Amino acid sequence: MVEPAFIDLVALLRKSVTTLYSDLVTRPTGRAVRLGIEQQLGSAPGPCVSVIDFSQVGILDFSCADEIVAKLLLRYRAADRPAEAFFFLRGVAEHHREPIDCVLDRHGLLLGAEVRTGERLLLGPASDEVRRLWHGLEELRRATPADLARRLGIAEPAAQAGLAALAGHRAAVQGPAWQYVALGALVSGAAL
Amino acid sequence: MHVLTVPETLDERSFETLAADLARADGSRVLFDARRVRWANPYGLVGLLAAGAVARQRSGDAPHLQAPESTDVAHYWARMNFFVHAADVFEPSRLARALRRPAAGESDALLEITSVRSPEDVHDVVDRVRERAAAILGHRLNYPPSAVVQFSVILSEVCQNVVEHAGAEGWVAAQTYNWARRLGRVVAVIAVADVGMGFRGSLAAEHARRYGERWSDATALEAAFLHGMSRYREPGRGQGLQGIRKHVARWNGEVLIRSGTARIAAVPDWDDLPPLESGLAEFPGAQIVVVLPEHKADDTKRP
Repeated sequence: MVEPAFIDLVALLRKSVTTLYSDLVTRPTGRAVRLGIEQQLGSAPGPCVSVIDFSQVGILDFSCADEIVAKLLLRYRAADRPAEAFFFLRGVAEHHREPIDCVLDRHGLLLGAEVRTGERLLLGPASDEVRRLWHGLEELRRATPADLARRLGIAEPAAQAGLAALAGHRAAVQGPAWQYVALGALVSGAAL
Repeated sequence: MHVLTVPETLDERSFETLAADLARADGSRVLFDARRVRWANPYGLVGLLAAGAVARQRSGDAPHLQAPESTDVAHYWARMNFFVHAADVFEPSRLARALRRPAAGESDALLEITSVRSPEDVHDVVDRVRERAAAILGHRLNYPPSAVVQFSVILSEVCQNVVEHAGAEGWVAAQTYNWARRLGRVVAVIAVADVGMGFRGSLAAEHARRYGERWSDATALEAAFLHGMSRYREPGRGQGLQGIRKHVARWNGEVLIRSGTARIAAVPDWDDLPPLESGLAEFPGAQIVVVLPEHKADDTKRP
């Protein structure tokens, strides 16, 4: 079972650095917020998909994006990660995209997000095929490589490789019996 | 006492005259004679504070400052909070009159001169400038609302440069004005100055060995500004300046960074600054200016 864990960044910012601001600027602020997220994840009883909510965030600068988004993904991608956690962003505004895209590009990371229009996007430097697979999986919620190969009209080994890459980036979850599960489905409470 | 005549027009170009003259003071106490100053932009004002701080460091005595004789100029400096900060840098007795001078009316500044020491100061600056930036960038520069956020990001990153790399206090200011002579447009100008370790000092431990004898203020600026190198080993560092370059290029603006004896610039087509200069007068720390020009309907580059 992968449980969703909802994290309101502005609430966490105000708790972590005792401020009334809603802007995520400066590296120390980003570091404090990231440590707050890690603390919350540390108390989760099992694997979780952490939904990081940007809805109330005003300005996000490059330093904060690096501390919060990139460092969090890097830490929980590592073999010695402190907990089994996946990440999904919500409430991402257009003006948050540039710093987030910039740090994901710099570190070669992928991350699923729901922007303020409600559209779901795979952020980061992915090939067109991997991006299509991610969208296909988000639509189906769970699928095997064969399911997606048929749906997208691509070869099954290519679908298998693309889904494995998404799982390696922790932008999708590999379940039992060659099934892959979309993070969006887990956010909505679907079982693995 | 070394008497230093502050240029009549005080900006990023004439600052070089000021820095060169200050280098000739050779550790003597300095009198900054600003009586004939007729115009100063944010870089000129924070640069003058920095020059005063350097003079104080080198001689061990607070330098003197003779305030501008022009009432308009002195009032403008007062509205920019220049004299408040000058009282911490220059010998206060000569500033007494200027400090008593009431600032005529509300400040029209985008951001009055503000000290930057800590991340909290950066939060404060970003928060304080938000409403004014929205009004000024929208109405005077014809920028879309999204540009206000990008402007705040630039402001945040240039201020963080002081907090993270200078190891000393710095000052930031921003203003809009009609730059009729050079550009024929309204511009928004952000300037930051500190007298800390500078780019060469900040990057030396991590990068100097690789450059060998070529290591200098100019190569340090190139490493940070063009290649995104940082004093830290973490791969995510150094993105702030890269982000600033990207935003400013989108608006056909200019970024200039001076540090030590060199300066580097991202130069748009409307200016003729050399992209890299070395052999300037030694001046510690880093001084950054960002110029964002007004957008006009027939511009090819859109903010």
